[in-house]
Amino acid sequence: MSFITGVGLTAFGRHEGLSSLDLMSRAGGLAIADAGLKRADIDGILCGYSTVAPHIMLATVFAEHFGIRPAYAHAVQVGGATGLAMAMLAHHLVASDVARHVLVVAGENRLTGQSRDASIQALAQVGHPQYEVPLGPTIPAYYGLIASRYMHEYGVSEEDLAEFAVLMRRHALLHPGAQFRDAITVADVMASKPVALPLKLLDCCPVSDGGAAFVVSREPTSEIGVRVRGCAQAHTHQHVTAAPALGEFGAGISIARAKHAAGVAISDVRYGAVYDSFTITLAMLLEDLGLAGRGEAASRVRSGHFDQNGAMPLNTHGGLLSYGHCGVGGAMAHLVETHLQMTGRAGNRQVRDASIALLHGDGGVLSSHVSMFLERTR
Amino acid sequence: MSGSRQPLADWTSGAEAIVYQSCSACGAIQYFRRGFCARCGALDPAEKLASGTGTVYATSLVCRAATPETRAHIPYNIVLVDTDEGFRMMAHGDDDLCIGEKVMARFVLFAGRLVPHFTRTRS
Repeated sequence: MSFITGVGLTAFGRHEGLSSLDLMSRAGGLAIADAGLKRADIDGILCGYSTVAPHIMLATVFAEHFGIRPAYAHAVQVGGATGLAMAMLAHHLVASDVARHVLVVAGENRLTGQSRDASIQALAQVGHPQYEVPLGPTIPAYYGLIASRYMHEYGVSEEDLAEFAVLMRRHALLHPGAQFRDAITVADVMASKPVALPLKLLDCCPVSDGGAAFVVSREPTSEIGVRVRGCAQAHTHQHVTAAPALGEFGAGISIARAKHAAGVAISDVRYGAVYDSFTITLAMLLEDLGLAGRGEAASRVRSGHFDQNGAMPLNTHGGLLSYGHCGVGGAMAHLVETHLQMTGRAGNRQVRDASIALLHGDGGVLSSHVSMFLERTR
Repeated sequence: MSGSRQPLADWTSGAEAIVYQSCSACGAIQYFRRGFCARCGALDPAEKLASGTGTVYATSLVCRAATPETRAHIPYNIVLVDTDEGFRMMAHGDDDLCIGEKVMARFVLFAGRLVPHFTRTRS
């Protein structure tokens, strides 16, 4: 068994003068304190990557900087799925007695540490170096292609996609750490600058500075336990040119495997934490995961289904779209918020019942997927 | 069109051509060049010249580019085309292309390199 015993999250946005290591250290310190542990208790470290400060051994760079000497440490790279992939690995590490308390940590000064062009350019390199990148695509363009096809096949409109941006912003209004805290409307999304049509600026997550961390332990360290009930992955392709048909993407495969591993059905889930790099990402993943029928996710947003007080509260911190996206830490914020909800510590964002949560992350262009079920125990 | 086991020049190396590979062992075709078939592993798939015709699968009009070289071209339409030979490829296309339209490739200069650009065929 394994438990998420502590979580740490910085505000996302601008952190002038802070390095990736600074942001990792802040989040890591918060998570260890939240778990009621000391630094010396940590015997495993998993960390993400930093595009601003790439290093071939980031986990040991961090361990030395932070001041611990773990028995197990390395970095993990699966794009946006990295955070949940690390949670899955930490789960297996503690369950198989390799480590007792694994600190999973990521942080990046992606906004202030480099130009926005440099950031966009670095991320576009997930494309194929010979057959895609010379054509000048951007990450929004890769997802714009998916969006155009999804809209064509399932009758989804640009206004439908805009609903997800509005929902995430509405949730972010209640979180003091969110990067964007001005209310927006569907009309605002529709009128925002074209980026890679059909995606417009407000369909896209921002670039942020920030850090996030959590501790995965063999036993709970407090009265309310948050147990990893089961998790799984699926990897169908890297490049959008080689992606399978819509409806055969990896989310559907990984959720089927995770349901089997956890012995949980979608009808058991009370809280959703789903990757939302773009509005299309969230719409498509919700439908691939079975949290909405095909082509029906937007109407569920309109009916309040995913609101704080709805049947399936979703990304109550505001998600990547409005809390912000600092790289690997971005999707880890979803897990931090889920933990706060499950332990009844989400304050004015608290939902009624987060006893079983479904988390899902995606990396690349819907290339790599990790699904995870968390369960509250007492 | 006869198969060749010699690498054929294509747009990725500056020639006005689209090339794909065909496995003589299992019959699979692939677009990204490799020294083996990604389905069955057989070595040296045959190289074939594509006709340049196909159907639009997806489009995204790029209005925000990341480099000075590509910014000079905005807006430009990134498209995925399902070729008549059966493989999918990324390319440029006319700005007003719609999903499902029949298209044919020509070659244009983009950011200093030759790239395939699809135009609607009249039928």
